[in-house]
Amino acid sequence: MSLIEIRDLHASVGDTEILKGISLTINRGEVHAIMGPNGSGKSTLSYVLAGRDGYEVTGGDILLDGVSILEMEADERARAGMFLAFQYPVELPGVGGMSFLRGAVNARRREEGEDEIDHLEFVKMVRGKAGELGIKDEMLKRAVNVGFSGGEKKRYEILQLALLEPAFAILDETDSGLDVDALRIVSEGVNALRSDAIGMLVITHYQRLLDHIVPDFVHILADGKILKSGDKNLALEVEKSGYSNFTDAA
Amino acid sequence: MSATVETIRQVEEATGKYKYGFVTDIEVDKAPKGLSEDTVRLISAKKNEPEWMLEWRLKAYRHWLTMEEPDWAKLNYPPIDYQDIYYYAAPKQADGPKSLDEVDPELLRTYEKLGIPLREQEMLAGVAVDAVFDSVSVATTFREKLFEAGVIFCPISEAIQDYPELVKEYIGSVVPQGDNYFAALNSAVFTDGSFVYIPKGVRCPMELSTYFRINEQNTGQFERTLIIADEESYVSYLEGCTAPQRDENQLHAAVVELVTMHDAEIKYSTVQNWYPGDENGKGGIYNFVTKRGACRGDRSKISWTQVETGSAITWKYPSCILQGADSVGEFYSVAVTNNAQQADTGTKMIHIGPRTRSTIIAKGIAAGKSDSTYRGLVRMMPGAEGGRNFTQCDSLLVGNKCGAHTVPYIVSRNPSARIEHEATTSRISEDQLFYCLQRGMTQEDAVSLIVNGFCKEVMKELPMEFAVEAQKLIGISLEGSVG
Ligand SMILES: Nc1ncnc2c1ncn2[C@@H]1O[C@H](COP(=O)(O)OP(=O)(O)O)[C@@H](O)[C@H]1O
Ligand SMILES: [Mg+2]
Repeated sequence: MSLIEIRDLHASVGDTEILKGISLTINRGEVHAIMGPNGSGKSTLSYVLAGRDGYEVTGGDILLDGVSILEMEADERARAGMFLAFQYPVELPGVGGMSFLRGAVNARRREEGEDEIDHLEFVKMVRGKAGELGIKDEMLKRAVNVGFSGGEKKRYEILQLALLEPAFAILDETDSGLDVDALRIVSEGVNALRSDAIGMLVITHYQRLLDHIVPDFVHILADGKILKSGDKNLALEVEKSGYSNFTDAA
Repeated sequence: MSATVETIRQVEEATGKYKYGFVTDIEVDKAPKGLSEDTVRLISAKKNEPEWMLEWRLKAYRHWLTMEEPDWAKLNYPPIDYQDIYYYAAPKQADGPKSLDEVDPELLRTYEKLGIPLREQEMLAGVAVDAVFDSVSVATTFREKLFEAGVIFCPISEAIQDYPELVKEYIGSVVPQGDNYFAALNSAVFTDGSFVYIPKGVRCPMELSTYFRINEQNTGQFERTLIIADEESYVSYLEGCTAPQRDENQLHAAVVELVTMHDAEIKYSTVQNWYPGDENGKGGIYNFVTKRGACRGDRSKISWTQVETGSAITWKYPSCILQGADSVGEFYSVAVTNNAQQADTGTKMIHIGPRTRSTIIAKGIAAGKSDSTYRGLVRMMPGAEGGRNFTQCDSLLVGNKCGAHTVPYIVSRNPSARIEHEATTSRISEDQLFYCLQRGMTQEDAVSLIVNGFCKEVMKELPMEFAVEAQKLIGISLEGSVG
């Protein structure tokens, strides 16, 4: 059974239809990339998948492991194994990083009927994974995303991805705001998580990221529709001739 | 002769004008409704108080008669009928529940959420203490340790008997009988409260808590507390507890007086969680509190930290009178209102001595259709050379039917004094909520996390074990406020 099946998905914000019929199937072990110009609906797709309030599904369906999740709230979807690395991670003033991370991990453990994680064990685990992503201890002590640079915020998202071990991960423009070194470190972090247990949807504006996180499939999104799907070579094509080739053809 | 009859005889002797109609009522250990000189005399007699204390109460009562209930606060409530209130009922011993099985399951669920241990749950729920809780030994070890240090910590009714000179000198010296309407009322009819004296040079070996003052009950309505820190002493005092406190008395009017001598420090922390009433505020407590500290000595310090989540109406301005040179006043406050709750709370910092400093950090969180007002006064007197104040007031709105207001009064009579005031109002953003939900947290956990982040600067002032419970409490108070 497929991990994620998106069937002719239509979604609106207010009165504006933004997703205009998207179909996409992602299996465990696969990495799909979505590329598209600004405003094409990439972030909207990620929000709709994650169940954000205010994003109304007006048609179609989303199945997780064969079961429709349209009726599930955002937090239920998250606990069911969905993860979204935000394009613009949100600042939570005063909320300590460790307690936030622990809250997230424990929410999932509770769902699975496990005990809350041991405090010391958790700190050790976070430090270990943070180290691999080049996140300094000092950053973990700060309030969530407050005063982080753009690159730090993105690394922090990937740290959460690593800690939560979801079945399905969406990465929304994780590459934006990263310099070359950071891009390499973050990509290595993501690649280390690739396995048969996880499916990924990597959203990006630029082909550059896909040199590091090599996708199995690439889809071009424009004006709320998938115009073309292919393998990693499709990304190179975009890189060479731009999006207009596809959008004009449509 | 039974104790009751003995009391009547004493009352008659003491007053010579005891009304006969009282007698039958006294036998049921409850004075009739209403307030009169007789009520005041009865309370004083019941407590076997010396003449001077009775006179003190009567003076307060007579003053109260000339006063009018204040109406300047941003609070709406039906008029209080002061003649429709019981002012004296003997402490109840054994008519509480016999075990937790008899306690309101709603209450138990909240205890559970707060992570309060079973034995403490029993105590809080008012389960007849001697039946289940080995309170005597706890209280005894506690008292012995304090006694060794020379610290006096006892009910104020006991202090009036055992340390009359101390009480006489200090009671009403910070909050005079006629200070305000509710303080005058309290002075006339206060039932009990805490008395603390820390001798010179002593650092109190433990945090003092009303929680451990378990040998009396039923003092919540008109509680009176007096804490004196002699030179170079230190005490941290905790009032209240995070578990919801129910009380059949709707009107509460407490008075707290603090005094610090040279180089002394009092840290006073409160968690107030009186019953807020149903979602329309029905049945909730009206809490009119006068709390004030006098930094009499040079370099002395008084620090108020409060987490206010309960009561239908809160009227409360813990204040500092900074008399001593270089003395320091602090006020850290979190006030959470939900449903129909109304809170008008803040502080007064009165700078009298030179180089006195004060800090005010007030965080108001309003949800539901509640209303939260910060009201603060900073006054620099002519002698407050080089005085400094920093005030920060932040309001957080949850939903759009609630209100938050900031009413700062600033008066400076000394040109060298510096006063800074910052204020913000914000809302929990939908972005923040979604971010937390996406990490698997429930709506309630997310709100609690964000709100606790907002209150962080205040929460870190609370003693450790209090802070953990207070954090959970804030979450619980806001339950159902979003979505
Ligand atoms: N909350 C919103 N309200 C109204 N329009 C929105 C909202 N969010 C996105 N849009 C519109 O939807 C389109 C797609 O936006 P988005 O999904 O953010 O694109 P991308 O991530 O591909 O840059 C844009 O035209 C944008 O203006
Ligand atoms: Mg986007």
